[in-house]
Amino acid sequence: MLQTVLEPGTAENAALFRETYLAAYRFMLLARLLDDKFAALWRSGRIHGGVFLGRGQEALSAATGISLQKGDVFAPLIRDAAGRLAFGETVRDAARTYLGSALGPMRGRDGNVHRGKPREGYLPMISHLGAMISVVNGILLARRFKKISGTVGAASIGDGATSTGAFHEALNQAAVEKLPLVLVVADNQYAYSTPTARQFACRDLADKAAGYGVEVDSLDGTDLDACLKTIGQAVAHARAGRGPRLVVATLLRLCGHGEHDDAGYIDPKLKASPAGRDCLKVAEEHLVRQKWADAVALSTWRSEVIHEIEEAIAQVQREPAPDPFAEEWRAISSRHLSETHAENEGDPA
Amino acid sequence: MSVTYLEAIREAQAHALRDDPRVFIYGQDVGAFGGAFKATKNLASEFPGRVLDSPISEDAIMGLAVGAAIEGMRPIVEMQFADFSTVGFNQIVNQAATLFWRTNVPCPITVRLPFGGTSGSGPFHSQCMETVYAHYPGLIVLTPATVEDAYSMLLEAVAIDDPVIFCEHKFLYYHLKAEKLPSEALPVGKARIAREGRDMTIVAYSAMVHEALEAAKELAPEGWEVEVVDLRSVKPIDTDTVMASVARTGRLLCVGEAWSWGGATAEIIARVVTEGYGLLDAPPQRLNAKDTPVPYHPNLWAAHRPTARAIAAAARKLLRL
Repeated sequence: MLQTVLEPGTAENAALFRETYLAAYRFMLLARLLDDKFAALWRSGRIHGGVFLGRGQEALSAATGISLQKGDVFAPLIRDAAGRLAFGETVRDAARTYLGSALGPMRGRDGNVHRGKPREGYLPMISHLGAMISVVNGILLARRFKKISGTVGAASIGDGATSTGAFHEALNQAAVEKLPLVLVVADNQYAYSTPTARQFACRDLADKAAGYGVEVDSLDGTDLDACLKTIGQAVAHARAGRGPRLVVATLLRLCGHGEHDDAGYIDPKLKASPAGRDCLKVAEEHLVRQKWADAVALSTWRSEVIHEIEEAIAQVQREPAPDPFAEEWRAISSRHLSETHAENEGDPA
Repeated sequence: MSVTYLEAIREAQAHALRDDPRVFIYGQDVGAFGGAFKATKNLASEFPGRVLDSPISEDAIMGLAVGAAIEGMRPIVEMQFADFSTVGFNQIVNQAATLFWRTNVPCPITVRLPFGGTSGSGPFHSQCMETVYAHYPGLIVLTPATVEDAYSMLLEAVAIDDPVIFCEHKFLYYHLKAEKLPSEALPVGKARIAREGRDMTIVAYSAMVHEALEAAKELAPEGWEVEVVDLRSVKPIDTDTVMASVARTGRLLCVGEAWSWGGATAEIIARVVTEGYGLLDAPPQRLNAKDTPVPYHPNLWAAHRPTARAIAAAARKLLRL
């Protein structure tokens, strides 16, 4: 996690911004290649359940994660591999959750994108999109009770989640309580297969902000430069006590909803539009144009990242799977209040 | 000097707020107004900043409570009516109830549900939600029947490290009185023998305990000694106390104000039959509300839910089997 530099005016700030950009790019690259690896493992039958990629959303995601500091709160959405890594998740913990390692944060009890460490402000999503926003609100309100100031909560959702009641309730709640929430919407044009025209009828999702009395930013989600500046600014505003803020990024999901989905429904015109640009390529072009990196450096980084991923996956694949006979089948922490009556007790098979 | 069931709930919350700085109350109209039933009367002024009015957003109310619990607080949420908790259902059963299992992080939240029928309340202000929530792993469901239990169990609920669905019966709010608040209590998870008897066992909880006691009284002059078990908590169920009672009486009638399908009464009978079939001298019976929405008109309402008279009739039938 790095401190984002918002106004690259001075030479020093410009240098810091370059460092942030490079770091964010590395997280994007790591996320892209890690996603590719998960897809490959899924295709070869090594991953149970689904695999959900963030292809095309890495710039927005990395910018969100990198704009947060230790002590902040992050509730990612399913395409936030880059943001998770930037917020401090290790490749190993990501792999452990996908591969079901007993040593991972979810211990095989939950999988794939449903991972986090709540006590570290990194929230494990439930599948019901929109429901994480009010949980972030709760942490932020608790900090107000505890007189902890200066921390921020970020929640990521897609265009689909803006149609849920939970989104409405939670954004309104954050506004009423003036919480330091940054709500990042990745408008990736499709909620599973449903195009935005069937999702909402307002001109732009950013129009929704006025109804809640919150400030809003719109940005090109394929441009890491814009993502870093806009989200960095939104986070700084929230940190300064200016209340919640909505950020709407336009981009295109460059993959299916999950690896099971061939995304045949995506309009070719959208793919050819500016929203359809691959943010990773855009960032690489920017790096080369700015002379922050050359082709050799890009290639070296790619090799380093692949090596890092392969090493982590190899280690995690050697880790133990959860053992149903050793598992403690207890859904509450109060041992003395656990239901003792179970017809299948001691017989997990 | 006496204290009502409702006052006991208010006092327990005041006690919790006084004793534990991590406790706060969040819900609709709970602030200066003191709650739709006045269960938080004066608490906002006694504990400034810790009793917060929420928007009419049951989903966000519960989500916020989960976040606060993660951050080490002990929220008490008031759902204005248990019926309205359906709007926050997702956060209760999918967020709060799964958190510990998934992450090993406890989720100490007390969700107060003013529940159950009162005359004239109709389909959306009368529901019994206890068996719905008991169905989900990860939740504790409490159903106090007495003023003493309303107080002590609510205090214990706040201290429990898990989400507790605290079902407080609106019918008992004003009618039920005790001399004073208790200084000691049975722990959560233990049932109570509300009346001893040898001929049959009636298992009930919440308001139905009082209907069952009335029925037992009605049957006494006929020579029947009916034992009444007050379950106190629907989850966990104190199977041992129920089983021991059935071992003494050989006959079991389960009474619940909730709908019968897959409910608490069904669960108790399933346990007694699977573990204590040999204890039974007759097929176990149950009595629940009719399988329709809760009616508005007093005539219909009185016939919809089990009453002392209906329980006594069911008991007579069972005693003759």
